[in-house]
Amino acid sequence: MDTVPAEGLIAASWLLIALPLAGAAVLLLGGRRTDRWGHLLGTATVAAAFVLGLSCTLALDGRQVDVDLFTFVATGSLDVQAGLLFDPLSAVFVLLITGVGALIHVYSIGYMAHDPRRRRFFAYLNLFVAAMLLLVLGDNFVALYVGWEGVGLASYLLIAFWHERPSAATAAKKAFIMNRVGDVGLALAIFLMFAQLGTVSYEGVFGSIEAVAGGTVTAIGLLLLLGACGKSGQFPLQAWLPDAMEGPTPVSALIHAATMVTAGVYLIARSAPIYDQTPTARAVVLAVGAITLMIGAIVGCAQDDIKKVLAYSTVSQIGYMFLAVGLGPAGYVAGLAHLLTHGFFKAGLFLGAGSVMHAMNDSVDMRRFGGLASRMKTTFVTFGLGYLALIGFPFLSGFYTKDAIIEAAFDRGDGWGYVLGGLAILAAGLTAFYMTRLMLMTFFGRPRWEDGVHPHESPTVMTAPMIVLSVGSVLAGFLLVVVFPLEEWLSPVFGEPEGAEHVVAPILVSILVTLVMLLGAAAAWLVVGRREVPVVAPARVSPVVRAARRALYADTVNESLFMRPGQWLTRALVFVDNRGVDGAVNGLAATLGGSSSRLGRTQTGFVRSYALGMLGGAVIVAGALLAVTAG
Amino acid sequence: MTDFPFLLAMIAVPAVGAAVVAALPRGRELLAKQVTLGITLVVFLLAVLATIAFDAGGDRFQLTTSVSWIPDFGVDFALGVDGIALVMLLLVGVLVPVVVVASWRDTPPGNRSMTTFCAWLLLLEAMMVGVFAATDVFLFYVFFEAMLVPMYFLIGSFGGPRRQYAAVKFFLYSLVGGLIMLAAVIGLYVVSSSELGEGTFAFDALRQIEIDPGVQKLLFLGFFIAFAIKAPLVPFHTWLPDSGAEAPIGGSVLLVGVLDKVGTFGFIRYCLPLFPDASRDLAPLVLVLAVAGILYAALLAMGQSDMKRLVSYTSIAHFGFIALGIFAFTTEAATGAVLYMVNHGIATGLLFLVVGMLIARGGSRQIGDYGGMATQAPLLAGVFLVAGLASLALPGTNSFVSEFLVLIGSFPTVPVYAILATVGIILAALYVLLMYQRTMHGPARGVLLTDDGTAAPGGSTATAGSTTTGGATASGGGPATGGSTATLTAPAPGRLRVRDLGRRELAVAAPMVALIIALGFYPQPLIDLIEPAVAATMEDVGADPGGVEPATTEGTD
Repeated sequence: MDTVPAEGLIAASWLLIALPLAGAAVLLLGGRRTDRWGHLLGTATVAAAFVLGLSCTLALDGRQVDVDLFTFVATGSLDVQAGLLFDPLSAVFVLLITGVGALIHVYSIGYMAHDPRRRRFFAYLNLFVAAMLLLVLGDNFVALYVGWEGVGLASYLLIAFWHERPSAATAAKKAFIMNRVGDVGLALAIFLMFAQLGTVSYEGVFGSIEAVAGGTVTAIGLLLLLGACGKSGQFPLQAWLPDAMEGPTPVSALIHAATMVTAGVYLIARSAPIYDQTPTARAVVLAVGAITLMIGAIVGCAQDDIKKVLAYSTVSQIGYMFLAVGLGPAGYVAGLAHLLTHGFFKAGLFLGAGSVMHAMNDSVDMRRFGGLASRMKTTFVTFGLGYLALIGFPFLSGFYTKDAIIEAAFDRGDGWGYVLGGLAILAAGLTAFYMTRLMLMTFFGRPRWEDGVHPHESPTVMTAPMIVLSVGSVLAGFLLVVVFPLEEWLSPVFGEPEGAEHVVAPILVSILVTLVMLLGAAAAWLVVGRREVPVVAPARVSPVVRAARRALYADTVNESLFMRPGQWLTRALVFVDNRGVDGAVNGLAATLGGSSSRLGRTQTGFVRSYALGMLGGAVIVAGALLAVTAG
Repeated sequence: MTDFPFLLAMIAVPAVGAAVVAALPRGRELLAKQVTLGITLVVFLLAVLATIAFDAGGDRFQLTTSVSWIPDFGVDFALGVDGIALVMLLLVGVLVPVVVVASWRDTPPGNRSMTTFCAWLLLLEAMMVGVFAATDVFLFYVFFEAMLVPMYFLIGSFGGPRRQYAAVKFFLYSLVGGLIMLAAVIGLYVVSSSELGEGTFAFDALRQIEIDPGVQKLLFLGFFIAFAIKAPLVPFHTWLPDSGAEAPIGGSVLLVGVLDKVGTFGFIRYCLPLFPDASRDLAPLVLVLAVAGILYAALLAMGQSDMKRLVSYTSIAHFGFIALGIFAFTTEAATGAVLYMVNHGIATGLLFLVVGMLIARGGSRQIGDYGGMATQAPLLAGVFLVAGLASLALPGTNSFVSEFLVLIGSFPTVPVYAILATVGIILAALYVLLMYQRTMHGPARGVLLTDDGTAAPGGSTATAGSTTTGGATASGGGPATGGSTATLTAPAPGRLRVRDLGRRELAVAAPMVALIIALGFYPQPLIDLIEPAVAATMEDVGADPGGVEPATTEGTD
């Protein structure tokens, strides 16, 4: 990794973080005075950051630029500099975060228009953008960690935005705690790097990781993966992400679909030099990705809550990305390309879902939707394009980037390659099933609306970002794979693309995936399109559906393995501490000091006992000294 | 300027002030409070000036003043500070005026007067400065014990319903520890007289002498037990939840924020340099207690239903981190531990203060008596959250830096303990967020509800409920169960009637929040003050003052 010192525009890239951070500070400290224009300021800071980010990216020219800021913590042999690394990898993330972020800020102006706390919403969103930019721009693992927990805080605040709802408050806490479990892994990985190499900077660690013993590198890789699983909602820490849908829908779009939850993928891609040294850890990344992409796809098929379907879809799609980066050099670019296109279409889908909820009095129950295509034409068309992009309809975004992952899996060339590729294709079919089911239940069929619901199209301030994102959903894949290949842009980071021989011809993969996709969509039509959708979920269903409805019992497992034993332990310890440890001492105190009231009332008594105590102490000392000199 | 006796002044000003305030006529409470605030601000100013006069790269002890006190025993009234003591003095300087403002509207129980409260507070400040500034071991011991007296009266006279029980418990525990330490102090004197021919209590002289390992262990234990009671390590901790809960809020802040730090300060100032061999030999024992405390106290914190007891337990867990950092014997970890002492004083200080603001509104210390406060009191909720996040050491808050340094610095030398301690950060998130959710989130409920005749507007009934600490905690305090959940599902009648933070309360919270964030992003100035003293201590104890050597040396930069 050869970095060059920053000059010119890129030297000012700290402003990328400072702008939204200042926005958050002004909105939080300014109080009600800023209510009138707070949302505009919040949007402007992110938009300005996007312009700056774009300018920096254009000026980058394939370099890896190091921006030195100040000494954060330096003591002993530890030296943590506050510094940024602006390179092709962080640049694409900067553009994704500020670009999609700015659009979602615009959308939120309309979506949160009637919320009395809209200003605070924009403050938290700004805070999130700042923390996320620090996460991807930091030039060392500690800066990454600060951003990592910073986005966790923003996520907590935004999930609990409607904190009067106990379910929102609980979901926010759950997200934070499960993320902290992952954070322990990330923290320990950093400690291990420092203990081994005496540095925590990317340059220092990546430059000398080859000298570290294999077992230790594997440990680092697995600990980093634990952190990545927590942040990205990957198995076994996936249970918080669907609950996070309690937050306002723009939050789901920005944080829990397009950006924050993909931070795990960033971490693994950024740590490529570490994973290059440890096939074991990389294999575990693969396994986690494969397991999660199936879990997400299966559970998504049985949900009736429109946001939950999209959330499990996100879990599943990030599983694809983990699978890709777990493949090593062959998959990094494929995984990141899918991350970018997913950022477009999933953000667009969530914004569409928000528009639908707006029309349906904030209901999320797809069993009470139906027939919305004619009432909300813009939403329908933009959502439809996102849908097609997600299921991998030929020549739309998902088609390019998902196929690239599947091809890369096959390219392993061994049996596992076929297993992984096969699973990915199967999950593509399931994706088509649950998304088609969602489309049919929401936009087609007879209306099953609740009383008093009068669907209407959302205002322009909301539909405009949806339109932009749907254009992105259509074109992004083609642009990133064919026109401006991401592979070339990222070559300074991951090396020059190799003209690899494909094990299975790409055209064959595409045809196979498309067929399976059509199969899945057809199955969905048979289940919900052909006949009337019951407004109450049928109770008599197969055990598989029941398990999928309950998210494959993830919460049940967490509760019975951790939560309930933890509560029991806590209660037992409180009892022990009050009765056992304290009781013993209280008995002693009672004999020594007599009743407390007497001691408290008469001060002379306490002075006397104090003097007595000193005398007693002196006697002990004399005895001890005698013993020492005698011995 | 450097010749000015800053340290002496920092003791004398509040001590004289205490006498002046105590002599004020009974009716002049406002004047007493104003005078007290003025004096504490002067002390703060002196602390800042002392820091400016201090040269981080200079001698180990600076700003020294020494007067012969009891020449027969070689006792000097000797004051001086290294970086470790200096940052503690800064903490004292900041916290005491904040406490004065925070206690402005307190109404003491019975017919006691705020004038007396102020006098004890000033005397306590003088003692606290003395205990950190003493460079004579006997003088340290005197301040160490004398500090008990004002605190005893602050708890026993101005505390909650069970204040007398708590005060006596606090006193007895400290007394036992103090006596054991006295034995060790005298023992140290005897050893010095046999080694040097003339007995001395001067820290610098004592540091030089080689003590027989067996004797070292005994003396070490004498000091250690006293310190382990003061900054309570499990199993010496049970006095703290009672004292922390029953003390008036200002007292709790200073008790947990500063007084208890004398224990951890003692570890690094006295145990390590004076008894290096014993410190190394007995370190595993300390580390076990430290890590047990981190996990045990965190689990206990989760099970508390009384907010002040909860915060007290979190502090016990934090003291475990500090002890871990000191006994890991690396410059990184020990610097982190000293920084932790300062940061914990600010973060937990603010947490106690904001809990006090909550109690001032509801009249109850029980978590279950509150709920949904964030809706109507967003500022209160915001400050509560900042204090809570600092307690769980979120990056961007001051505590993160110190906790991170302790953990990353102890990992290379004592990895197993560091890993177990790192797991503690999950528990920290749990106890903070559980308390926050139950009091601030959810629908309005609890003692502040009005209308519908369901309200019990604060005051006596609720406070009486909180007096049944022990048993009630065990039965009703499980996380996410018990009373609170039942109230959650009950229909929510009426509305909350909560005032958000007033101007005085904002003046209390604002400097603390500012410090939490400023030191979270730019801690290096404090580290630069602390590190030379820590490095010297590491040298005393035979560790490399330059810090951790990487295990893999090849190819590092």
